[in-house]
Amino acid sequence: MTILVVAEHDNQHLKAATRHVLAAAEAIGGEIHVLVAGQHCAGVAEAARALPGVSCVRLAQSDALESAGAENMAALVVRLAPDYTHLLTAASASGKNWMPRVAALLDVAQISDIVRVDAPDTFTRPIYAGSVWATVRSADAIKAVTVRTTAFEALPETGGAACLETVEAGVDTGLSRRTGLALNASSRPELETARVVVSGGRGLGSAERFSALLEPLADKLNAALGASRAAVDSGYVPNDYQVGQTGKIVAPDLYIAVGISGAIQHLAGMKASRVIVAINKDPDAPIFAVADYGLVGDLNQVVPALTAAL
Amino acid sequence: MKVLVPVKRVLDYNIKARPKADASGVELAGLKMSMNPFDEIAMEAAIRFKEGGQASEVIAVSCGPQANQETLRTALALGADRAVLVETEVELQPLAVAKLLKALVAREQPGLVICGKQAIDDDANQTGQMLSALLGWSQATFASRIELGEGTALVTREIDGGLETLSIRLPAVVSTDLRLNEPRYATLPNIMKAKKKPLETLTPESLGVDIAPRLTLLKVAEPPARQGGIKVDDVAQLLDKLKNEAKVI
Repeated sequence: MTILVVAEHDNQHLKAATRHVLAAAEAIGGEIHVLVAGQHCAGVAEAARALPGVSCVRLAQSDALESAGAENMAALVVRLAPDYTHLLTAASASGKNWMPRVAALLDVAQISDIVRVDAPDTFTRPIYAGSVWATVRSADAIKAVTVRTTAFEALPETGGAACLETVEAGVDTGLSRRTGLALNASSRPELETARVVVSGGRGLGSAERFSALLEPLADKLNAALGASRAAVDSGYVPNDYQVGQTGKIVAPDLYIAVGISGAIQHLAGMKASRVIVAINKDPDAPIFAVADYGLVGDLNQVVPALTAAL
Repeated sequence: MKVLVPVKRVLDYNIKARPKADASGVELAGLKMSMNPFDEIAMEAAIRFKEGGQASEVIAVSCGPQANQETLRTALALGADRAVLVETEVELQPLAVAKLLKALVAREQPGLVICGKQAIDDDANQTGQMLSALLGWSQATFASRIELGEGTALVTREIDGGLETLSIRLPAVVSTDLRLNEPRYATLPNIMKAKKKPLETLTPESLGVDIAPRLTLLKVAEPPARQGGIKVDDVAQLLDKLKNEAKVI
């Protein structure tokens, strides 16, 4: 068995997600290669060479790959696929975007968002917003898999010494091109990799109170800020704050849910957190059923008191 | 330009799914089924293009058992002009659905396919991308804004950390995210009118598509349960627990 792990990066930094995917690859077993596809990303490839357990890093660079557009990424991965039994990448916005194209072009099923490797051909994945886990076996010659990164503990950044091979990047399909990119500027840790997440719901009541109450708390804890869908839909915070079935899946050491009732769809995104704190005025809110520590009270008083006491 | 909108019949989003007693699947018997919420957003987007004069016809399509007619009637009540059901009792996986949709695209020749980014039952998030690949078309997933131009579209997509705008060549497949629009409700007069709109039924065989499942479902189970914890009385006790018991701060 030989596994190709497609790296997650922004052409400058190798993202931690890649090391979680490597852990899934290790659980499958066999030789592991890493593909770094992008433009001006040789530094990323160097970082990937140091990853433990990787025998070879394959580097493809071109303008067409700079933004990791689905059509060009898929064409590249499909061309490399015959060398492999498994293709793995993170179930991130990027991986979800291009991996199904690869699977379709190879005429194989994709196994999305795995949380467990049961055997090299058998995987467990959450369905129905994580209410149920399904275990599926693939009979396809190549397994196209996206990995829920929070379910696999990241391998260290160093310890390996992989070879480096340059591969032909391929021609631009010309089907689409990026014309704009608006990343939210934030000095906070990334939501998906933060050790502490402070998350707010509709109970905050307004965008002003969301920031006035939660930002100082997040500052004290060096935490990322998240939100329920209700808070996003109410316009308190941008879309990419959303934690849940259709948003981000997080599993920090500490998750503090403030004014979040705890709909199934939200719990799907955070219930793998190590320690969950819930602050809510409704003692019957479903969030308390998953919280390690629940505090029933008015968030307008509790949150400033907590911030002050830290 | 015709717009094709695939819609899926799923367990209503308000109902918590549970495994069957024999772990062979999810219990659906007697439970409320609805149109996949992301597909409602796709329908709304297509209908608005028609209302704005940018689409000539909106065709709703669904693949699955006869009961999917209900979902298609809902689509017709929302504003689709006509509907096509590819009827089968076989369990359909995303690759099979993508192949069926490819055959329908060949028949209908739409300029745009708008689909939900994922179905809330299998949470696969695959079908739109697979369809786009099989057609050799461009794709834009997780759309929060779509602007149609001459032969191209500008689509704003939700990505990790922000928004990306793509210029894609038409025809294309676009998948919808939550923020694209707020879907309308079907009005009673429109529900009545929908009963008279055309709903055609085809079969995978008549389209010449192999829909055999590729993945074998071995079992479904409840995820590892999370133990509920305790209620603390005040901030001081909470801090004490976080510091000395959980040791996370």
